Amino acid sequence: MASVRIPPVLRPSVGGEREVEAAGSNIGEVLQSLVTSYPATKDQIFGADGALNRYVNVYLNDEDVRVLDGLETSVGDGDHVVILPAMAGGS
Amino acid sequence: MEGSVQDTGTSGAKSAAEFAADVKSRIREIGPGEVHEGLPEGTVVVDVREDGEWATGNVPGAVHIPRSYLEMRIENVAPDRSTPVVLYCAAGLRSLYAAKTLIEDLGYQDVSSMTGGITLWKDTGLPVEVKKTLTPEQSDRYSRHLLLNEVGLEGQQKLLDAKVLLLGAGGLGSPTALYLAAAGVGTLGIIDGDTVDRSNLQRQIIHTEDRLGELKVDSAEVAINALNPDVKVVKYPYRIGSENIMDILPEYDIVVDGLDNFPTRYLLNDASVRLKIPVVSASILGFEGQLSVFSPYEGPCYRCLFPVPPPPELAPSCGANGVLGVLPGTMGLLQATEVVKLILEKGDPLIGRLLLYDALATSFTELKIGRDPECPICSRDPDSITQDEMGVFPDYDAFCSGGH
Repeated sequence: MASVRIPPVLRPSVGGEREVEAAGSNIGEVLQSLVTSYPATKDQIFGADGALNRYVNVYLNDEDVRVLDGLETSVGDGDHVVILPAMAGGS
Repeated sequence: MEGSVQDTGTSGAKSAAEFAADVKSRIREIGPGEVHEGLPEGTVVVDVREDGEWATGNVPGAVHIPRSYLEMRIENVAPDRSTPVVLYCAAGLRSLYAAKTLIEDLGYQDVSSMTGGITLWKDTGLPVEVKKTLTPEQSDRYSRHLLLNEVGLEGQQKLLDAKVLLLGAGGLGSPTALYLAAAGVGTLGIIDGDTVDRSNLQRQIIHTEDRLGELKVDSAEVAINALNPDVKVVKYPYRIGSENIMDILPEYDIVVDGLDNFPTRYLLNDASVRLKIPVVSASILGFEGQLSVFSPYEGPCYRCLFPVPPPPELAPSCGANGVLGVLPGTMGLLQATEVVKLILEKGDPLIGRLLLYDALATSFTELKIGRDPECPICSRDPDSITQDEMGVFPDYDAFCSGGH
């Protein structure tokens, strides 16, 4: 199981949790299991084509999965996955 | 008792003139012309005058060690006793005595005194360097900076010479502006078209109850002037936009982004890449903040990190959202710290890294962010970025128009 950090904008879709556990051997499977457990997150993470939305960055530990193997990036037990959409609040 | 005083007086005493003549006969003197042109590589030229004299101008390249500190500080500039040292003062006498001390008491082997001091140097028509110095009030005000090796007089002067533009005098801009002003950043530009509202005061600490309704730039100027009269405040009482950004940004060394909406963040990114001005960027929401430094062509830009903004329903920057009042303080001061580091050119700036702060968990998470080789903006030559392209992104449709 990997832990997935949920950004503030997605928390209403996961019952307010800041971090959830999700199973899977790679990033795609981990995110799929998240979406299965919390269907409201699906459209926010994946586009209609099944790819990651471009405005959502996903990190395995501290690396952007786009510079690793994308959704194919292997995930081990205890790894931390960070879902990060842009924020613009400043005032 | 009287006898012992008499003894000293009669056996070893010389008049001041006799002493001077004696020292002069034993210390090598060289003229200003030779100091200007003929010194061997590695020679250290030391000005032994007092602070006030040094401030009026010095031999270019000289270091300043007042005579009274010479024994304590000479090793900082000439750790090796064989280093050639040339000393000078105003007219050439104090440097003779200083040379005598270095040779006879400290064992320096190659010490000379410059004939006629800085006075003869100037009379000969040789160039004088006038270093900027601090006023006594400034030395007092910035004394805790002056004690730091990483700041010191040189660093404080860099801060005083720096021009920093703050986008917004709101949650992030308030603490950032106050601390940058306190640090002595000489010019602070502030862009904000809003007026002070009571609901701002829970976090926008530069504003006060008695300035409700005033323009935020005016209110911020009052607070900054009250804190530090060294700081020049340049006010822009309107929103930044494509029509004014290219006129304002070139006046500044660093931009602090505390913007509250995506379209302007993209516009700022594109303009700052085009102008090669670093942006210290932060954003806040609820109990969480993000921070990074976007240094054009050195690290990623905002578009490398976020190629497109999220759709409005996932962009809670639009509309009134809750924010813990102290959170912009934390994030704003992290921004201010990065600004000061960039000005001083010290430490490791947060370039190529994104820092996430979760106040509820009290956790900091650092993520690596890299340049996107296909970035629509910073993968290109800055001159090829056109006015029409700036701040534009695909499917942009009056994105949360008006903004916050």
